[in-house]
Amino acid sequence: MPLLQYQSQAVAKPYFIAAIGLFVGQILFGLIMGLQYVVGDFLFPAIPFNIARMVHTNLLIVWLLFGFMGAAYYLVPEESETELHSPLLAHLMFWVFLIAGVLTVVGYLSVSYERLTEIGGNNLLATMGREFLEQPTYTKIGIVIVALAFLYNIGMTVLKGRKTAITIILLTGLIGLAFFFLFAFYNPANLVKDKFYWWWVVHLWVEGVWELIMAAILGFVLIKITGVDREVIEKWLYVIITLALITGLVGTGHHYYWIGAPGYWQWWGGVFSALEPLPFFAMTIFCFNMVNRRRRDHPNKAATLWALGTAVMAFLGAGVWGFLHTLAPINYYTHGTQLTAAHGHMAFYGAYVMVVLTIISYAMPRLRGREVNPERAQVLEMWSFWLMTVSMVFITLFLTAAGIVQSWLQRIIPNPQSFMAVQDQLNIFYWLRELAGLVFLVGLIVYLYSFFAQNKPQTVEAGEAQPVTS
Amino acid sequence: MSAFFTKSMARNIFYGGTLFSVLLFLALTLHTTWALPKRDHRENLTEQVVRGKHLWETRNCIGCHTLLGEGAYFAPELGNVYPRRGADFIKVWIKAQPTKVPGRRQMPQFNFTDQQLDDLVAFLKWTSEINTENWPPNIQG
Repeated sequence: MPLLQYQSQAVAKPYFIAAIGLFVGQILFGLIMGLQYVVGDFLFPAIPFNIARMVHTNLLIVWLLFGFMGAAYYLVPEESETELHSPLLAHLMFWVFLIAGVLTVVGYLSVSYERLTEIGGNNLLATMGREFLEQPTYTKIGIVIVALAFLYNIGMTVLKGRKTAITIILLTGLIGLAFFFLFAFYNPANLVKDKFYWWWVVHLWVEGVWELIMAAILGFVLIKITGVDREVIEKWLYVIITLALITGLVGTGHHYYWIGAPGYWQWWGGVFSALEPLPFFAMTIFCFNMVNRRRRDHPNKAATLWALGTAVMAFLGAGVWGFLHTLAPINYYTHGTQLTAAHGHMAFYGAYVMVVLTIISYAMPRLRGREVNPERAQVLEMWSFWLMTVSMVFITLFLTAAGIVQSWLQRIIPNPQSFMAVQDQLNIFYWLRELAGLVFLVGLIVYLYSFFAQNKPQTVEAGEAQPVTS
Repeated sequence: MSAFFTKSMARNIFYGGTLFSVLLFLALTLHTTWALPKRDHRENLTEQVVRGKHLWETRNCIGCHTLLGEGAYFAPELGNVYPRRGADFIKVWIKAQPTKVPGRRQMPQFNFTDQQLDDLVAFLKWTSEINTENWPPNIQG
């Protein structure tokens, strides 16, 4: 069997390369921000904190989208058993998305944000200046165009070929992704309404439709590496995404406690979001079950490690760390503290970064013309897995400690202290977080290097080579 | 999972469960829409407040501060800065930035006019009067 069952799967390759490139940028700006937490005037006024943060979060979103698109272009032809509807359109949209993304980041870094709103179409339609939706209005329109072209391409491919649960779930997730992004264009003057529907982009993405995309990608990779019967895997997928949407949709209410919405959201949001760990727990059980029941030992050990790691870290980051502060009586004291940052870091890394790295780990060797990477490259990749994952665990633990102390000093004790007075007392945690961030960077460098690593040539000592005699 | 629980059953539960959840969420959203006018005091949304929100957005304030607990965690909560500091302090503070104290977190200088400063304060005052279920727990935000 050829490495690529369908030639058009090759369009995934540039998407994966761009994703990794932007990932590097994201981490560098994360390190800048981490340092600004303790050395407040670092790089000021050249790169103020808010600019670094926009670059950090926007690059994350864009590279994950590159990863999702690459994943879709890789797995949909194989699942549908047909060539991609239009490889040309996929290539074209790659460049449109990359150029739009790079121009946006250049805009963030080269002109003031106020100026960017003027040249970015904000006077045409005010959509900018809201967390994670800082992109110029023109960029947002570009994202919609790319998303529609992408959906058309994937949709046509699914329609003309074999329909599997994986492609149906993936397509449902992608349609949801495009649909909910449209709320980025709704920015009412009333801040309460603005915030209420802002979450329809942010929460319904990451705690809703993205989970469908994640489940589909994970299901595909598990079928490939374990050889377990498709029927079993797809049944699991439906159970997981049912749990995800039942808990996650009404679970949006955990963001509605303190922004002006009625108090009953504390019950609706609390009860449903307290169940949000369930789909992630099911995903962990599922992944380990499938790997234990494997019918073959796939030579790509690194991909298997990433798949299992995704399940565990998504459960910890999105499930456990989300649960920690999701109930209203706790959230009352922790809302908008470093605890939120702790949860955000491990959830995004565990669920979405790792699932994209899983599909890259499985697909990239094939896209580069070999079934699996050489042994040494895999060992390095697995080293990078542990370096990045363990350092992310420590980043999360340090931020959690900071968040607990912050909540205590600023909101719980009888004589609460001011924000900046409290921040000064958190410096030790911020320094440790930055240190863990540097270890993450080392892991990322090892990861990049693993793509170019070859097996060392086998050498045998001359004296040991003996002719075989009988 | 046993053979009695088939893939098509799982799929049907997915469609049914999702539909139910969507409808429940939309029903709650509809009720919230009815209930909001009493909580967000929209009758006080003046032109000045709207201009203030526009300034808030076009200067990317959310990139460092939280507003009602949402945003970045680098600088103080501003949802209740109006009752905490008062209008005059807010304006003087914004005009005095950046402090340039070595090693301290810095806020940019935005060169606001007096009218813009008043607009921004009006927006922060309006925001502080939203019914937030008594959040934040105390004046420190």
